[in-house]
Amino acid sequence: MPVAELHGVTKRYGPVEALRGIDLAIAPGELLALLGPNGAGKTTAVRILLGLSAPTSGEASLFGHHPASQYAKLRRGALLQVGRVPETLKVREHIELFSSYYQNPLPVAQTVAAAGLAGLENRLFGALSGGQKQRVLFALAICGNPGILFLDEPTVGLDVESRRSLWKHIRRFVDDGGSVLLTTHYLEEADALAHRVAVIDRGRIAAEGTPAEIKAQTKTTGLEDALLAIMNNKEEVLQ
Amino acid sequence: MNRAYWMESKTELLKMARLRQYSLSTIGFPLMFYCFFGLAMASNTHVGAISASQYLLASYGAFGVMGATLYAFGVGVAVERGLGWLEVKRASPMPPAAYLLAKAVVSVTFGAAVVTLLFALGALFGGVRMPAAQWTVLWTVLVAGAIPFGAIGLAIGSFAGPNSAGGIVNMIYLPLGFLGGLWMPIDFLPKSLQQVAHFLPSYHFGQLALSILKVPTEGTVPGHVEALVGFGLVFAGIAWIGQSRDRDKIYG
Repeated sequence: MPVAELHGVTKRYGPVEALRGIDLAIAPGELLALLGPNGAGKTTAVRILLGLSAPTSGEASLFGHHPASQYAKLRRGALLQVGRVPETLKVREHIELFSSYYQNPLPVAQTVAAAGLAGLENRLFGALSGGQKQRVLFALAICGNPGILFLDEPTVGLDVESRRSLWKHIRRFVDDGGSVLLTTHYLEEADALAHRVAVIDRGRIAAEGTPAEIKAQTKTTGLEDALLAIMNNKEEVLQ
Repeated sequence: MNRAYWMESKTELLKMARLRQYSLSTIGFPLMFYCFFGLAMASNTHVGAISASQYLLASYGAFGVMGATLYAFGVGVAVERGLGWLEVKRASPMPPAAYLLAKAVVSVTFGAAVVTLLFALGALFGGVRMPAAQWTVLWTVLVAGAIPFGAIGLAIGSFAGPNSAGGIVNMIYLPLGFLGGLWMPIDFLPKSLQQVAHFLPSYHFGQLALSILKVPTEGTVPGHVEALVGFGLVFAGIAWIGQSRDRDKIYG
């Protein structure tokens, strides 16, 4: 049984169709990358799976439950794109607070280690670097020992080193048996991390498969070329 | 689960205490105003049977509690809502009531700190003397006054943008203080403005606090309490509308 599932989901904002019938399933222990350009509908799909937004039609479920249910909330973690995180709290205080929301959280020391924050526990959030800030948000997502993580463009705006560091921690979560839905517009990121990639374009799934399958489908060697081939092909069909 | 309520309140308190633009201005402004108007200028002035120092202790206490609450809820919620932090919390298993409880705890704690410091100033430098029971009742009424203003702040926070919220709260807070008779006795205002005061929650709060000092006040105690409860309910309703409207905003 899939851990998280979208079935025939559409989402309309007034005249704008953000999602036009999406089917998506994430298996236990799988890292699925939702790949697509800005505005393709990646964040909308994540928001629906987190119960932050209701689909116009179709079904969304997490562990067989409604995404907004407490049952689902207790079994997932989320790293969302956020404009400002409270800066006058220490790293440890942020983690202790979020841990208190869960029934069986990880010990704080384990969360700190799993997010690469050792030595920064008493630093105020506002005094951290960009990469460190993202790792704190990652820590808040994993502190409840969830079965699935939602990572919405977790490495956007980070330098190479910080990006690689976050990748390492994401991989470790998957190695321990967790599922991940990762959205990204970095092809390299999907290639490096994902078991499976779903390419989303203008609210539809344009292609799906392992990174290798997608490259083979489009007779390209790099995922970047594959993505361009998929988008161009769709544009021709639409015209 | 109960731990989440406790942790949310404790963390919010730490966060706001370290946020100097909040902690310094909510405590500093009422104390400064009271020093100017309640101590320096009014040492020998009387309002009715009591000294201006005593009178203004009640009214600046109300002003201080109002400020601590309007900023904690109004600016706090607007910023967290507007810049995505509230959404992170909504995606988490945080009990929604814990979020509001934490803001209320901050409001009441800072309100209580302002009132206590004002009382100390009044007693030490303003020569204010009252029976212990009267101090206690005045303190309690002032601090409890945070409740309806929490609802007003929440309504502001549910509609205001993250960058404009601070300005909007100022534009509401300062006139509420002046027109509600909290900066100077209401009789000092022109007659037309005195009429406006009856429609302001700050006026009812101020009159309620002053009634404890046994100065002649307008209206009745139950009348002022009813007005404050009414304001609280209406603005809680407005906040509810704002929050539900928010739930389905446009995202890409």
